[in-house]
Amino acid sequence: MANGALGREYQDGETIVRQREAGDCMFVIQEGQVEVLGEREGEEVRLAVLDKSDFFGEMALFERDVRSATVRALGPARVLTLDRRTFLRRIQEDPSLAFRILEKMSNRIRELNAEVVRLRSRAQT
Amino acid sequence: MGVHMSAADHGDVADPWLGTGSTAAPSDLQLVDGSRVGVIGGGPAGSLFTVFLLEMAERVGLSLDVTIHEARDFTRPGPAGCNHCGGIISETLVQSLAAEGILLPPTVVQRGIDSYTLHTDRDRVRIETPLQEKRIAAVFRGSGPRGLSEPKWESFDNHLLGLATERGAHLVRKRVEGLDWADDGRTRFRFGKEESEPFDLTVLAVGVNGTALKLLGDLGIEYRLPGTTKTHICEIPMEQESVDEHLGTSMHVFLLNIPRLEFAALIPKGEHVTLCLLGDDIDDALVQRFLACPEVQRCLPDGTGDFKRLCHCSPRLNIRAGLMPFADRVVMIGDCGVTRLYKDGIGAAQRTAKAAAATAVLHGISAEDFRRHMWPVCRAINGDNRLGRMVFRLTGLLQRFGFTRRAIVRMAASEQRRAGSRRRMSLALWDMFTGSAPYREVLLRTLHPLFGLRLMWDMAVCAVPRRRARS
Repeated sequence: MANGALGREYQDGETIVRQREAGDCMFVIQEGQVEVLGEREGEEVRLAVLDKSDFFGEMALFERDVRSATVRALGPARVLTLDRRTFLRRIQEDPSLAFRILEKMSNRIRELNAEVVRLRSRAQT
Repeated sequence: MGVHMSAADHGDVADPWLGTGSTAAPSDLQLVDGSRVGVIGGGPAGSLFTVFLLEMAERVGLSLDVTIHEARDFTRPGPAGCNHCGGIISETLVQSLAAEGILLPPTVVQRGIDSYTLHTDRDRVRIETPLQEKRIAAVFRGSGPRGLSEPKWESFDNHLLGLATERGAHLVRKRVEGLDWADDGRTRFRFGKEESEPFDLTVLAVGVNGTALKLLGDLGIEYRLPGTTKTHICEIPMEQESVDEHLGTSMHVFLLNIPRLEFAALIPKGEHVTLCLLGDDIDDALVQRFLACPEVQRCLPDGTGDFKRLCHCSPRLNIRAGLMPFADRVVMIGDCGVTRLYKDGIGAAQRTAKAAAATAVLHGISAEDFRRHMWPVCRAINGDNRLGRMVFRLTGLLQRFGFTRRAIVRMAASEQRRAGSRRRMSLALWDMFTGSAPYREVLLRTLHPLFGLRLMWDMAVCAVPRRRARS
């Protein structure tokens, strides 16, 4: 049934997007897991692990900036690309298509807020 | 009930801004907690409508009672469980569904398509997807052709229906035989002598091949059947290795000078190849003529010329919207309403289903609500279909002459050879054959001066050797 797999296959450790590179699409994980890595002064820090049906790279759809993190396959993974142009055209016709992305981004802001509070509390003690 | 739907008296549907005869002002009729929604038809339009409706209702804290009525069992192989379709899920639809959180698993997708191969009587060229990624899905709408004993893949329609019931919709396996207005303005569904409790909103998500559209007559709704044309679909059995060898992961499209044939494709599936012919009333003679072409025979194993012994059908295809697809408390989505010309009918079903669901939850269920919030989507599809007719006429003209057919292949092949070049012909063909982009974009691509100049040059080159040969 491998013939019916949509998207592109990535091997364990293969880079899907690289921090600071230009991007014009987002990705939806069809199968497997990926890790999101932030890089600072040559060191990589794992920010998150994403699973099937999660998406990443969505910031590239809404702002013309470079990728904010590196994403690598964690084990074999299959990922579908969503083009910026196709997606924005569909959002123009059906703004509710962005609900799920907004929901996810909102969740991520909530998690980041919690993480900031945790780090600041630790710094103060 | 005072519901009236006026049919257009010309080719395309009239703009309902001129008035639908609705008796309700916008948002007079609303879905509230416990409202009952009756969906007739459990194909992609009905199932996706249900998924979107329930999801959106949950977002606004509304509890709805949705029932899908579908007599067909999509787990049965053969015509009894099939919705008669080529079974291609376009690139755009695959992406839209993924953004909605609806993934198509390999248990449903028989083959991911990453390219198409354009054949003419002399040449052929393989055109890769812009991202070299499998983003087009080849599926069976039912569980497979007649005679299949053990289906290996799940039906696409059944998969979507499962998503709808997982989200809480009820499934009634009965054919709706009639509709009646209840005293309070809602509708009741008749099944023989039985009658349902009234529904606050009735959703018709039926195709153009059955008689379900006539149910509108029961409600006193004026309607006109959509304009249709006959197509031909045939499932050719092949070993999986043979499909890999002969067709691979490419959809094979044929540009041949056969009168009345607008589009011909061989779509590789798991252990079958789907032959899909579109045009002006396709008949047996035209199918035989197509199958006898050497360039077609090269893609198929020996002995597949006799299509009559295989599972085949000649479903009708909606090529012209027949009516404004809504009234107070009634809405039509998918093929029975407004759909795309020739391509991506499931994508159009998803768009109208989403627009109808969003309107019902966020605005209301009066004709006026659907006119204000759903009709713009239908109007955009109708407008694009007009341009689509122009594109198909232009293609039909180019198909007539050998040197123009060769010029198209020459231009596309030269673009494929040059990495980094602007692939104007390749993209125009890709979008047109796969239904991935609106016809407007296809037309705009072909109107670019560089496209015209390059095509004229290739036409001149392809015409010259023939004249020399003749002299």
